[in-house]
Amino acid sequence: MKLKSNIAISDSGFIFDPVSGDSYTLNPIGKEILSLLKGNKSDKEISDFIFEKYDIEESIFEKNYYDFIGMLSHHNLLEEL
Amino acid sequence: MTKIKLNIGVTGLNNTDNPGPGVPVIRSLRESKDLDVRIIGLAYENLEPGIYMENTVDKTYQIPYPSSGSQAFLDRIEYIHSKENLNVIIPNFDAELNTFMLAEARLKEIGINIYLPTLEQFEERSKTNLPKFGEKYGIKVPFSKSITSYADINNLRNHFDYPLLVKGKFYDAYLAYNPEQVINHFNKITAKWGVPVIIQEFIRGTEVNVVALGDGEGNTIGAVPMRKQYITDKGKAWGGITLGDEKMLEITKKLIKNTKWRGGMELEMIKTINNEYYLIEINPRIPAWVYLAVGAGQNIPEALVKLSMGMRVEPYKSYDIGKMFIRYSYDMIGDISQFEKLSMTGEL
Amino acid sequence: MEKLKYERPIINKINAGVPDKFGMKVRTQIMPKIENHSVKELIKNYGSPVYVISEKIIRDTYKEAYQAFSTRYPKVQFAWSYKTNYLDAVCKIFHDEGSWAEVVSGFEYNKALSNGVSGSKIIFNGPDKSDDDLEQAVLNNSFIHIDHFDELYSLIKISNRLKKTAKVAIRVNMDAGIYPQWDRFGFNYENGEAWNALNRIMLSENLELVGLHTHIGTYIMTASAYGVAAAKLADLAVRVQKKFNHTIKYIDLGGGFASKNTLKGAYLPGKDTCPSFDDYAESMTNALINSEIEPDKLPTLFLETGRALIDDAGYIIGTVLANKRLANGRRSTIIDVGVNLLFTSFWYEHDVLPAQETSQQTEDTTIYGPLCMNIDVIRAAIQFPLLQKDDNFVIPRIGAYNMTQWMQFITLRPNIILLGVDGNVHVIREKETSETFKNAEKMPKHLDKK
Repeated sequence: MKLKSNIAISDSGFIFDPVSGDSYTLNPIGKEILSLLKGNKSDKEISDFIFEKYDIEESIFEKNYYDFIGMLSHHNLLEEL
Repeated sequence: MTKIKLNIGVTGLNNTDNPGPGVPVIRSLRESKDLDVRIIGLAYENLEPGIYMENTVDKTYQIPYPSSGSQAFLDRIEYIHSKENLNVIIPNFDAELNTFMLAEARLKEIGINIYLPTLEQFEERSKTNLPKFGEKYGIKVPFSKSITSYADINNLRNHFDYPLLVKGKFYDAYLAYNPEQVINHFNKITAKWGVPVIIQEFIRGTEVNVVALGDGEGNTIGAVPMRKQYITDKGKAWGGITLGDEKMLEITKKLIKNTKWRGGMELEMIKTINNEYYLIEINPRIPAWVYLAVGAGQNIPEALVKLSMGMRVEPYKSYDIGKMFIRYSYDMIGDISQFEKLSMTGEL
Repeated sequence: MEKLKYERPIINKINAGVPDKFGMKVRTQIMPKIENHSVKELIKNYGSPVYVISEKIIRDTYKEAYQAFSTRYPKVQFAWSYKTNYLDAVCKIFHDEGSWAEVVSGFEYNKALSNGVSGSKIIFNGPDKSDDDLEQAVLNNSFIHIDHFDELYSLIKISNRLKKTAKVAIRVNMDAGIYPQWDRFGFNYENGEAWNALNRIMLSENLELVGLHTHIGTYIMTASAYGVAAAKLADLAVRVQKKFNHTIKYIDLGGGFASKNTLKGAYLPGKDTCPSFDDYAESMTNALINSEIEPDKLPTLFLETGRALIDDAGYIIGTVLANKRLANGRRSTIIDVGVNLLFTSFWYEHDVLPAQETSQQTEDTTIYGPLCMNIDVIRAAIQFPLLQKDDNFVIPRIGAYNMTQWMQFITLRPNIILLGVDGNVHVIREKETSETFKNAEKMPKHLDKK
């Protein structure tokens, strides 16, 4: 999973897609994940990071994570594989 | 004489091709000789042009729509007040008027003045009650009926000739030539503004309007009649001219006297070829073309602010006839960073 | 290091400038407790979903309503509208507060009797009263509100046969300035039908005209309409007095008061637009006091308000079953409360409140019930916080009609519990079991093969 390289993420959690002109907001955890994706981290690295930091069951995060990735893909923010 | 400093909240910054009155109101206030205003824009949307226009607002806050409930709405107003120490709010968006009227006392208590008609005046003139209003105050109004469902549409033929007007509770009016078109407009309007939908007899003639201000005791503080010269496909004036029509002023003054109207208003009338005047709507607020009145010599927004601050205001006696307004569109340049700031923090 | 509290990651697209009904985000209210009882505990003990009724709110609301009327008018009597909620425990609370019973069927009539209401304190309304029902009501001295001429003639026959005077009123329908005008019940005022019916009653040997009744509609937001209705009934009372020298004992203005729920299609929330009991009371009592009825002959004012007295006292609490993405990327949440248990979601935008802490992040969400049917939608579009499977929620303000118009469909009706003023939780209707249904079914012999 790789974020398109031209997507800008600001500290406030605002993102702007310069190709489509659309903008989005992220909640803090969404912003964290997006930053990790931007840093080319793998799914495993991302989930390890989240488990380290947050109090969450693995299966729940997995569901939420793939749902989130699904939304990124829906909004065309991921590189096509 | 030193100018009085006031902090004024203004809504309706949507200066689009279907404009809200916010920007013209602000412009009028900025031209006041007696008031030195700091303008706090109150915006519902992140692209309302007034937010970005130069020499318009000093600061903008986003506010929630009244449909999210008066509690959330007023909490936000109180928060803004705590930052900006508002003296007056001028509501310019029809759908928010009810909420402001109900909250008038509560806002007054914390030092914010609102100058709106009473709830009774507001209800009495509402589109659904207009026939009764006309009867009570001896003003001709077109025949109209409120409908709530499809089933009512079939019965319309018993009461109306086509074409007829299909109107929303707050906004929107469409001309319909047959029941199919009524259904179409009914769907569109209910999706946006809910029921009832108002069906109104279509009166042929020239549309003429008056902007006016009542002091709540029956006095007309200002009144300027105007004819729209060019109307957009949305039914909005794109050009207009002030008229020297005594009859229109007489109707306006009589109406303000009898209703003891408090606040700004726009009377929409149709003048038929037989020189009869039909009142088709009363908007209980300042209209978007108010700056024409300022240009003709009556600064109605300024007078409204003074009244709301409890100051004595002498009624305007005259205005210039033949003053025109011509609207234009203009592209400003903004930046995504402004948009980001407003979207993420609700302030700009 | 202690781990941080987790929430689902979300991304929301910003709609530039497009009018968005939601506007700015507002804080989501949460409701972990209903009157000191933890929602999670209630679900643990009584199952999910479960209906919850607050005795305290019923009593407080009743007192508020009664006070609004009794401080403005000398003689006021409420009658509990059974169809709104006829759980015996609920009815008993209203009767305990002083309400009579207002029923619209033989079934409800017998329920009222078994709840200990004397026949002479039952108002019998509605278009469906069988001859047996009428006979019972006549014998018990109940107030029979006649709906149509067929019923009037049945009643003349029955009262003559029994040689007993029936106490009657007529239901009147009218133009009170509201729409839609309910003209399917009772006799019309404007076209003279009501006056004809009154004349017919006055000439009947065994019918005693005691009252006049109207019920102008439902969820009436304009309090002044009741003033118009009261004035029209007062006018009929004055005409009866003049022509027959007969005094009408009561005027029954029915119900139809709005609750604080938001109707679908309404722009402003119900909380902001719903008139208060004081508004309704002011309009009605002014009209009666200012009418031409002589002051010493002022009739008792009967009220049959249902929804406004019980809606706030009822909750349904339940559990999130799943979250799902729709094909267009929209979030949907499936909960274990469907339209089978929340019939009113067909016309209200019910609040759905999380029962546990959530962050302030919300997503535009569709909330579906659990039924395998496309119409099972609780909220078509709501800015909803991020609940996980097994999280709980509270749907407040559902006390009216849901426990009488509910449907048994693919599943069984759940427990109904009462939070008593004694501080205890009482099951007032047990959840149904497979036996509930089996017991009522019969198997034809030829199909009963093992």
